[in-house]
Amino acid sequence: MTSLLLELDDVVVEYPAKGRGKEPFRVLHGVSLSVAPGETLGLVGESGSGKTTLGRAVLGLAPVTGGEIRFEGRPVSGLGRRERRALSKDIQVVFQDPYTSLNPALTVMDILTEPLLVTGVARAEAERRVQKLLGHVHLPQDAARRLPREFSGGQRQRIAIARALCRDPRLIVCDEPVSALDLTTQARVLDLFVEIQEATGVAYLFVTHDLSVVRHISHRVAVLYRGDIVETGDAAQVTEHPEHAYTKRLLLAAPVSDPERQAQRRAERLKAAAS
Amino acid sequence: MTTVEPSTAPAQRDRLLRRTLRDPVAVVCLAVLGLVIAGSLAAPLLTSHDPARSVLADTLAPMSGSHPLGGDGVGRDVLARLLYGGRTSLVGGTIAVLVAFAVGAPLGLVSGFYRGWFDAVAGWIVNIIMAVPAIIVMLVVMAAVSQDLNVAMIVLGVIMAPMVFRLIRASVLAVREELYVDAARVAGLGDARIMRRHILPVVIAPSVIQATQVFALAIGIQAGLAFLGLGKASQPSWGAMLNDAFTNVYNEPMLLVWPGLAMGLTILSSSLLGNAVRDALGVAEPVVAKRRRHRAKAAGAPVADLPADRLLTVSGLCVAYGEKTVVDGVDLIVARGEVLGLVGESGSGKSQTAFSVLGLLPDQAEVTADQLSFDGKDLLGLDLADLNALRGRGIGYIPQEPMSNLDPCFRIGFQLAEPMRKHLRLSRTEARTKALELLARVGIADPERVFRSYPHQISGGMAQRVLIAGAVSCDPRLLIADEPTTALDVTVQAEVLDLMRSLQRERGMGMILVTHDFGVVADICDRVAVMQRGRIVEAAPAARIFAGPAHEYTRMLLDSTLEGGPARGPLVTPAEPVKEVTS
Repeated sequence: MTSLLLELDDVVVEYPAKGRGKEPFRVLHGVSLSVAPGETLGLVGESGSGKTTLGRAVLGLAPVTGGEIRFEGRPVSGLGRRERRALSKDIQVVFQDPYTSLNPALTVMDILTEPLLVTGVARAEAERRVQKLLGHVHLPQDAARRLPREFSGGQRQRIAIARALCRDPRLIVCDEPVSALDLTTQARVLDLFVEIQEATGVAYLFVTHDLSVVRHISHRVAVLYRGDIVETGDAAQVTEHPEHAYTKRLLLAAPVSDPERQAQRRAERLKAAAS
Repeated sequence: MTTVEPSTAPAQRDRLLRRTLRDPVAVVCLAVLGLVIAGSLAAPLLTSHDPARSVLADTLAPMSGSHPLGGDGVGRDVLARLLYGGRTSLVGGTIAVLVAFAVGAPLGLVSGFYRGWFDAVAGWIVNIIMAVPAIIVMLVVMAAVSQDLNVAMIVLGVIMAPMVFRLIRASVLAVREELYVDAARVAGLGDARIMRRHILPVVIAPSVIQATQVFALAIGIQAGLAFLGLGKASQPSWGAMLNDAFTNVYNEPMLLVWPGLAMGLTILSSSLLGNAVRDALGVAEPVVAKRRRHRAKAAGAPVADLPADRLLTVSGLCVAYGEKTVVDGVDLIVARGEVLGLVGESGSGKSQTAFSVLGLLPDQAEVTADQLSFDGKDLLGLDLADLNALRGRGIGYIPQEPMSNLDPCFRIGFQLAEPMRKHLRLSRTEARTKALELLARVGIADPERVFRSYPHQISGGMAQRVLIAGAVSCDPRLLIADEPTTALDVTVQAEVLDLMRSLQRERGMGMILVTHDFGVVADICDRVAVMQRGRIVEAAPAARIFAGPAHEYTRMLLDSTLEGGPARGPLVTPAEPVKEVTS
């Protein structure tokens, strides 16, 4: 048990409905999964499947109304604000939108030193660490003095990654971190994620809708469909020989960049849909 | 005023000050306010007279050496009263501002940040305060509690606090949804620190503007009270001066001028300064409209000579915004019934190219081309009416974000039927029948229901089908689709692409498909044009592009697709940290 970093046990997330006496809106219907130290669990699903909510529940940003989330064997769902803050050393986040996840008014240095300063690290030490971090995410050293808007989407995402890394977390929740980026940038940012993982042994809960992204980055994949996990397995197995009907549909729907193979895949998909 | 962007805070505050100072109006206002403040502070140095002492002999005294501005109706020195009266006004205005912010700002911050019951209760109280008539309350307080004008200003501050409360609450509500606030929370920052670092700076700018307005308002109201004769006789004020001047208006009209001038200038500079700060906050630079839409650089080849199967011919297309050229000499040809993929990274100019064919670029865009012709018709120099006739009937458009392209106020049926009634001159019932047919054609299971629905009642995929139905409703010969499936789920994307392909074949439409996804290109396109930095670097039949890309950039784009790459494989050993990243 204790070898697992993160465990979700029958987790239910519900948002209260507007108006009295109405049923609350249930986003996650009892989801169970686990992430080992140093592992990437890819979480795939379409919009509305609850995949982002699951990530937010792990971060303590969504209301867990049933089940339990454990981090290193310790229940962490329903912690108070203070205990939650203590946990922020270990669990970090990279959001999807690199444009709104960085405060536009702060310099990169301010953004990156902030999480260190709150824990009582001296400013000089914090700045030294940040300079080092910028190197790790392959940003130029003079980046620290600049404002987020001076950077491209890919570079901003690198800043967000650096912010997630600055307190040496054990787990980073990545909520569609590359889906707003161009393909070429996407590949480079994904490589950075892998490189960092190999260097630090951090684990990722990697939320995405893109099967090829999930295949590239994940050790294991879980498929979320309408608030339920419908399939879990090794990345290769799930993305090549899926078992669940939904995953199969997902796979056949993803276009391949080769006209002939795509025509084949389309025919297969239409055949599967007809049957 | 409440829509100040979150981009206005500490690092930018110096810049704000500098930008404000660049405005000559702001500089003049600051100078006037500075003079008023200096005059009031230095009153004892500037005059030796006691503003409250009357000397009978000086009653309505003319301007003289000892009384530079003369004496008033009861023989007090006008200059002294003007200078000391300034103190009353400035102090009064400041009190009102401080009280309004001391009450309104913390309440607004907490209400906006935590919402919940606190917000509800605060909202109630604020509404009650706003319902109370301010002048009457102050009259009652001055009559019953104290004659001091400053007490009235405290009351005024409380009465104006709701304005501050609402402004600040609205600003906080806008930022608390920002992802960076979530990120700060995940980073372990306490609420107090989040408020100080991320929320407060955003609130400061609109607060400055609000403060100048409260200040000006308070000075005016205070003068009004004093003019009515309220306030202590020992407290000189501009309002009291006006009162005195009013009783002597026929004997000595000049008496009205001095306090009137002082008040007018102070209030005016204060409000104008607020405006200047607001203008300095406005990020948008003034737009220099360049309405030179579709102007030919040179006369192109005679349009009639084109081969019959050419639907769209673009040559030498340039789009520039001021100095910045985003499309730089693009040549494109779309044949009848052909699907052209326009591929490139963000910022490559692919959407700008597509939009300039539609004539949908903003006014600042300067579009020039050697040739831009559609189905034998020159698009250059078309006026808006001709262009409107062409859009819809000749060229259909499918946007990227289906939801933001449907008007939330109108039923879908209306939005579909209206263009058909206009372009095809159909009757209401004919348009309705055709709209229902179209909805069925684009694969909507219950056309009647969707026809009656509002956009928010349908899913994104459904909305995109509706827009496709709309785009083909007037039988266009060319369809321009700008990343039509990027916002959709993969499974929905596949269905929408199927639909677009079958409609395109069925109607023999030409199509320009703007995309960054080579999978989509492989699925549907006959020919591909690859754009990089405003130029087309390679254009070829789709099969050839995939089999052997000629240009280095195309090769790079194709190589970066993750699809088909090896899976990462299972985690072999729990990775031990090889090195710590930050230490």
